[in-house]
Amino acid sequence: MSEGKPLLEIDKLSVHFPIYGGILRHQVGLVKAVDGVSMQIRRGETVGLVGESGSGKTTVGRAICNLHSAMSPDVKLGGKIWFESRSGRVDLNGLARKKMLPHRAEVSMVFQDPFSSLNPRMTVQQIVQGPLCIHEPDLDQKALDERVSQLLDRVGLQPQYAARYPHEFSGGQRQRIGIARSLATRPALIVADEPVSALDVSVQAQVINLMGELQQEFGLTYLFVAHDLSIVYHMADRIAVMYLGSLVEYGSAEQVYKSPRHPYTQALLSAVPRPDPDGKRAKRTVLEGDIPSPLAKPTGCGFRTRCPLAKKECAEIVPELKDRGAEHLVACPVVD
Amino acid sequence: MSQPLLQVKDLHTYFNVEGQRAWACAGVSFDVMPGEFLGIVGESGSGKSVTALSIMRLIPDPPGRIDSGEVVFDGRDLLQLPLNEMRRVRGRDIAMIFQEPMTSLNPVLNIGRQVMEAVVLHEKLSREESRNRVIEVLEQVGIPDAGKRLKDYPHQFSGGMRQRVMIAMALICKPRLLIADEPTTALDVTIQAQILELMADLQNQREGSATILITHDLAVVAESCDRVIVMYGGRIQEVASTRDIFQEPLHPYTKGLMGSIPQEDSKGKPLFAIQGNVPAILDFPPGCRFCSRCELVEDRCRSEEPPLVDLGGGRAVRCHLVEKLPSNAEAEEAAP
Repeated sequence: MSEGKPLLEIDKLSVHFPIYGGILRHQVGLVKAVDGVSMQIRRGETVGLVGESGSGKTTVGRAICNLHSAMSPDVKLGGKIWFESRSGRVDLNGLARKKMLPHRAEVSMVFQDPFSSLNPRMTVQQIVQGPLCIHEPDLDQKALDERVSQLLDRVGLQPQYAARYPHEFSGGQRQRIGIARSLATRPALIVADEPVSALDVSVQAQVINLMGELQQEFGLTYLFVAHDLSIVYHMADRIAVMYLGSLVEYGSAEQVYKSPRHPYTQALLSAVPRPDPDGKRAKRTVLEGDIPSPLAKPTGCGFRTRCPLAKKECAEIVPELKDRGAEHLVACPVVD
Repeated sequence: MSQPLLQVKDLHTYFNVEGQRAWACAGVSFDVMPGEFLGIVGESGSGKSVTALSIMRLIPDPPGRIDSGEVVFDGRDLLQLPLNEMRRVRGRDIAMIFQEPMTSLNPVLNIGRQVMEAVVLHEKLSREESRNRVIEVLEQVGIPDAGKRLKDYPHQFSGGMRQRVMIAMALICKPRLLIADEPTTALDVTIQAQILELMADLQNQREGSATILITHDLAVVAESCDRVIVMYGGRIQEVASTRDIFQEPLHPYTKGLMGSIPQEDSKGKPLFAIQGNVPAILDFPPGCRFCSRCELVEDRCRSEEPPLVDLGGGRAVRCHLVEKLPSNAEAEEAAP
């Protein structure tokens, strides 16, 4: 991967959602969905962000796209999300709507559910040209038509589909429409939140291949949020592993997938079924129980309640990410 | 060779869709041997769930109907049984685990009562005895403090725990055949590993019993099944032992599915993707069901449906090109 300034530099990001209850609707709790996450994404690379449900991986993706302030006004944001935009370095975290607007052309998102993320009352033409109408208001309808049909062609859909509505398409085709929309403004960074998990196996491969081709062609940077580790390993240059709102390991795909250091990553990888009936595998570490509620996080290391290596001091110190050589970051003092 | 536990012979099930008969399950035949862990694999719309529901006679009628065929269990054709006798088979001899642990449990009844239902229906046990039996089976599936949790309601359990409750319900009468329809699809990989391990353990404990695991995930099959049936378009396309099918898939559809899942050595390369989408149920082409997406398609594939050819050694494949498929010569040698 090309060295140089990171395209995105997340510094101690936290996203906390207050919970209100009681007759007076006062605050009764705080969900620390993301708690002090720092990571860098370089231009042109694909970073895979993995974790179980409830680990906060989607919340990180949404924070980068600044979708929280729009959806839940009470959300408490902390830290910085430095983005190297065309007009200079800017902190996207909690940016006001109007100030965020120009940057939305450069950071776009592909959503998980290809059924609910397209407006059923809009034609494909309207869906795909939507971002263009906002960010390039000078384009006339003829130019818009041309751009839309180029985009549809590029994602493998026939340009005459532009007049149709989303319900006329299958899941895989809808995901292609979503990808065309995210590409419309020529973004630098695409946050893809579980883009293939709702698709059939044979269609998943088509969409994964398409995303790979587009990255080559347009020099895109991806943050690929997913729970399927074999797909993430296939796509990603680097993999970040989250657990209960914190990053526990971050390194190259090879480092994390082939020689994981953090006990959680090891357990997660050993749980992934391998498509090889004769495959020799190390003794599976089956984790006991479920991920704890982010409302009542364990003190110290969040993973200690399920960790096979947990020691007394794990309850006291919150482990920090440390470089274990060759940019392999691990947040666990016990593995040394 | 012992007698099969279950024989499905030429099963046909259709649904009335837009005034036409849509054959969701068209001539499916297979045997399940005692002690076997059989996988049925296919994408959505392949007819795998309909096959399972037909065995249990749980097809909603209307719009669906089992048209013809036999489901022989214990020397009796389940399809000919009067309903009250069929009810005695369900839950006692054959039990089913449904896909969604969130929606398959009744939210207004406590767990103890729901698990106990099958015992109360099928066995003459006192209140105390059935309660103890419920606690025993809940502990067997790994629910801690089972005695204290009987009065809890489904919403008080996590996804993985609810799926365990579902398994407990299915196992409480020690059925000889367990049908699990996508039991882990809605769960995280770590929980999936726990559940698959549990199902394998329980199968080993109940001698002579068998499990049918329905899934779209080939990796799950590789981990747990002895034998695999690949379905597409309501028909069986290929049958083989798990080892054979992973070493040498024969049917072009099976090959496509295998190519679609990322392997460790496929990193950075495009995946082999099957073109197009699974057609809607009424839009399957005449002739071979897969011909509209097959790369090797010939003229006769479009007009004439190939038979399911038995290659010996427990392998069968439905493809006109079977003579040309590479390993056929070897398979013939192996055939008696």
